[in-house]
Amino acid sequence: MWAFIHKLGSPKWFYTISARLLPWFWAAAALLIAVGSIWGLAFAPADYQQGNSFRIIYVHVPAAFLAQSIFVAMAVSGLIFLVWKIKIADMAAAMMAPLGAAMTFIALFSGAVWGVPTWGTWWMWDARLTSMLILLFLYVGVIALRGAFSSRDSASRAASVLAMVGVINIPIIKYSVDWWYTLHQPATFSVTSRPAMPMEMWMPLLIMVLGFYCFFIALTLTRTRSEILRRESTKRWVRELAGEGG
Amino acid sequence: MTLRLQARGLACERDDRWLFEDLDLDIVAGEIVRIEGPNGSGKTTLLKILSGQLADYQGELFWNEAPMHQARDAFLSSLLYLGHAAGVKATLTPLENLAWYQAMAGDPDSEADRLAALEGVGLAGFEDLPTGQLSAGQQRRVALARLELTPRPLWVLDEPFTAIDREGVAELETRLEAHAHDGGAVLVTTHHALRATPVLRHVRLGAGNAHVRH
Amino acid sequence: MRMSGTEASVGKAGPATPSHREPRGGLRVALHATFKRDLTLLMRRCGEVFNPLVFFALVITLFPIGISPDPELLSTIAPGLLWVAALLAALLSLDSLFRGDYDDGSLEQLLLSPQPLAALALAKVAVHWLLTGLPLALMAPVLGIMLSLPAGSYLVLALSLALGSASLSLIGAIGAALTVGLSRGGVLLSLLVLPLYIPVLIFGAGAVQAAILGDGITAHLAILGALLAVALMFAPWAIAASLRISING
Repeated sequence: MWAFIHKLGSPKWFYTISARLLPWFWAAAALLIAVGSIWGLAFAPADYQQGNSFRIIYVHVPAAFLAQSIFVAMAVSGLIFLVWKIKIADMAAAMMAPLGAAMTFIALFSGAVWGVPTWGTWWMWDARLTSMLILLFLYVGVIALRGAFSSRDSASRAASVLAMVGVINIPIIKYSVDWWYTLHQPATFSVTSRPAMPMEMWMPLLIMVLGFYCFFIALTLTRTRSEILRRESTKRWVRELAGEGG
Repeated sequence: MTLRLQARGLACERDDRWLFEDLDLDIVAGEIVRIEGPNGSGKTTLLKILSGQLADYQGELFWNEAPMHQARDAFLSSLLYLGHAAGVKATLTPLENLAWYQAMAGDPDSEADRLAALEGVGLAGFEDLPTGQLSAGQQRRVALARLELTPRPLWVLDEPFTAIDREGVAELETRLEAHAHDGGAVLVTTHHALRATPVLRHVRLGAGNAHVRH
Repeated sequence: MRMSGTEASVGKAGPATPSHREPRGGLRVALHATFKRDLTLLMRRCGEVFNPLVFFALVITLFPIGISPDPELLSTIAPGLLWVAALLAALLSLDSLFRGDYDDGSLEQLLLSPQPLAALALAKVAVHWLLTGLPLALMAPVLGIMLSLPAGSYLVLALSLALGSASLSLIGAIGAALTVGLSRGGVLLSLLVLPLYIPVLIFGAGAVQAAILGDGITAHLAILGALLAVALMFAPWAIAASLRISING
């Protein structure tokens, strides 16, 4: 177990192994997203209440899922980095943060666009949108904290601690916002909590969600690989690699 | 009571730059070890590692033959560390400052001890003034009074001579030597040239490598 | 790179170190001393205690001017305004929580104490709450009168603020510890801490709202208490870890 963890933590080993996995994830992401969006946008039946505008769900929901998952992944990477001092975990966490923030933004933006036909306004203090907005602030905080340190080692540790504090808080924030929302606006139509969706509607959604996850993994791997090269540029194996390539 | 702080294969990497690598160090009772090196060679970092403030290093530390992570409590209760900054509150009087240190060290609250310690560093008559009103050298002396106040075998001193006048420097040097003779150990960094004594040893940090001369 | 001659110097060292006393007092003594020291420090610089209170009063003055002096409108938004303003005032004083200790080197000494850092940090946070959160809570009813807060909710306002601000101090201290090594950490601190304050705000302002509507307030106060318990459980460790990171520079 220990040997395995440390082997996984070796940048060189990670670089080699991820090169083999990477094409599969990219291919899966492209395939799933293509199938999901064509199915969802062109073939899935229109919603009896919302018409075609409900199709935003195929972007909104996967982005929202991913936004939350990435924060958890970031905190777990932070924990691995703090406990086992595995630098790859920190590099991955650093690369995930902007992606997570982008996904949160996409979820918020698609939610706002969806709000126009549904509520007749760009913004409603809907429980989910509010939680998403707070999540965006949490992401911005982690990114800003990492950028504020002059020493990268300290930056990595501080960002890891903050991500862990955030991940403990996310469920608390989520439940308190839900509670706040029901108190102030009871029984309002909520966009995503819906009665059972027919199979033809949620199958493409499932495919899209899977596609987004593959995309996330592929992009994180790619970005982590270039981060490895950047940080380890003085190491011999990177120089040899560069020598071979160029 | 024996005293032995050992470092084996100590290395510290800061942002992909090795401050020092493969450093072996043995500090035992009865010696003054002076860490030397140009600015940025990692002197303060080494002192912080050796005093247990930084966990971010490679290699091993032993306190009295036991690995540091097991002996940490025993080590901390044998250590007196004076940092680059004096650790003295400007709004508190010297007496109040020392009272906190006394309590943190776990010693009984004794004003007589505090007064004696302040007198020992030449601050008699300044006990009840806010420390901020004292000169920089006097503020440093408040910190140095801890050497008298809290007897500990291992002293780790980062630039203790800063802002101290000539007589004060001589007195402090004598104090360090006396501590070594009494069976204590001193680990010190300073830009000030220490006078040669049999108990003084130099450890030089330089471009990525540690050199030792005797 | 072995050193020659170390063995010889052991021989010369003579008798076992006489200049050593085993520390006797325990955690209680260190906690008491740290608590007392921080209290004295803050009491000597009264400005740091009064500034958040003045800020609180000022912000509350801005709202009727900016919105409307209509008592009816003010009374409906008063619980939220009072809570938000108090929260911002508490935030204002957070930056100095560890800054002084960091600048003058006492923080290193705190870290090197044989006592657990989490407990010592908790003593510092307790002082912060005692001289920031509690005075804000006591002052809030006065400002409540100015915002025509409906009768019957004043006690709940003070109580919810006293309870909630303890959580705010604890959570805020994590942010303060993370940013203490940064030269301009103030704005960043707010950015890190404010999102984490939201649950406390919801239940704190909710308690006052419930008191006005005549609903039960026990649930709100119980949840505020639960949030405080969670913060007490996790925050000291996070503060200690963050301080160790900050001291690395």
